[in-house]
Amino acid sequence: MISTELIGIWVSAVLTLLIFSFLYKDNPFYKFAEHLFVGISAGYGVALEYHNVFLPNLWRPLNDVSIPLANRLPLLLPFVFGLLLFTRFFEKISWLSRWSLALIIGIFAGIAIIGYGSGDLVLQIHANLLPIWTDKWLTSFNNLLLTVGLITSLIYFFFSKEHKGAFGATARVGIWFLMISFGASFGYTVMSRMSLLIGRVYFLLGEWLGILK
Amino acid sequence: MKVTLIKIFKALDTLDRRIIFVFIALAVIIPLEFPVNFDFSVTAPVRGFYDTIDSLPSGSKVLVSCDYDPGSMPELYPMNLSVLQQLFKKNVKVICMQLWPAGSPIAERALNQVGIEEYHKKYGEDFVNLGFKEGREVVMVSMGNNIPQTFPRDYHGNKVEEIPVMHGVTNFKDLAMIINISGGMPGTKEWVLQVQSRFHIRLASGCTAVSAPEFYPYFQSGQLVGLLGGMKGAAEYEKLVGVQGLGRRGMDAQSVSHLVVFLFIIVGNIAYFALGGKKKRLNV
Repeated sequence: MISTELIGIWVSAVLTLLIFSFLYKDNPFYKFAEHLFVGISAGYGVALEYHNVFLPNLWRPLNDVSIPLANRLPLLLPFVFGLLLFTRFFEKISWLSRWSLALIIGIFAGIAIIGYGSGDLVLQIHANLLPIWTDKWLTSFNNLLLTVGLITSLIYFFFSKEHKGAFGATARVGIWFLMISFGASFGYTVMSRMSLLIGRVYFLLGEWLGILK
Repeated sequence: MKVTLIKIFKALDTLDRRIIFVFIALAVIIPLEFPVNFDFSVTAPVRGFYDTIDSLPSGSKVLVSCDYDPGSMPELYPMNLSVLQQLFKKNVKVICMQLWPAGSPIAERALNQVGIEEYHKKYGEDFVNLGFKEGREVVMVSMGNNIPQTFPRDYHGNKVEEIPVMHGVTNFKDLAMIINISGGMPGTKEWVLQVQSRFHIRLASGCTAVSAPEFYPYFQSGQLVGLLGGMKGAAEYEKLVGVQGLGRRGMDAQSVSHLVVFLFIIVGNIAYFALGGKKKRLNV
């Protein structure tokens, strides 16, 4: 008896191999898997948003007669703004969609500014005000390194003065710190991509072929 | 001798990328099939993650936000399982939620696998899955005011206010800590900026390796009490929890494949400079 789980594993394995076939060269099998993925993702997203967002947050409460009318009427406002987004499909009235976008951008920008101000700007500056002289030489060295890295990197991004002489030399030290941080980021990116490959190979050898010890 | 070396360097210079792919594939397959179990140490961010959960009293309630999708499952699912294992082992109540639409079935699978099958916990009494909610940062801020109002129903359609594990939970003040498993945005950065800095609740993060460098400053500043960065972080954490998951199993393949990449970079650079570097190529 073929179980649905087994069919799922086979479909998943075959699609993985079709995607991997791109490593040799671009081909119709890869294109098929790619288009299938894009189509299913879009369909899944629309269905999920419809069932998890539109119906429970707007449509059902709007049609629920047990909810007082005064509580239901405000829901018409997001409903109208939501509809206005679709005016983009009609050239003559497409400008109306900007109202909805303005509302979305305004709310998210307002929330983000508060978060960045308190969580990133103030707290990160505070966290970088470290004592250079401590009881432990390693902590002192780390704090000194962080302080030098911070100051020199900030100087590199100061463009109101030409990067020449002592100022230029300090900016070049900043470049070194930035390069090291880019290297670390790249290393982590490689690790991340390798992890994805390991995950797929683990699935192919383990769940699909069953040859992993 | 010199001519032979030049020939080798020229061959390396024009090496077909598919040969590199074969080497990488072997570097991943062989260690997975024949594990060596390379030893590795546990770093401070991972230790902080483990110790914070370990210090929680039995019965306390923790919010676990699984904000990722199948695209980052190999990195994040192992740590998601390990986190649940440590929480259920400590008899901590788990309130799970998702800010990514495709995260709900993954979180549900992890809760069933660890909560029900492994630790025989009861849905609704020991843990709950509130499901996905659209709204990103707005959802986070709204939860700071009222969680049951933000999530009126759980993933299965039950009324949240009637679920036993949610009794006494109004907002973040009623939780011992928040754990975020983050695949991108919205994720750890948003939880730090919108929730930790506003509501001053303990926050720990498990994230993909690609985003880990961005979050280490938050650990250094104390905004995160712990951080699991990618598969390496998952492996370290699995070591502390005492489980053998994909994180630990994948570390051999991770190490060997990194070594191969490292060797190709070194050899490629030697060949590049031996053939005259940029200047000679431009002249040609």
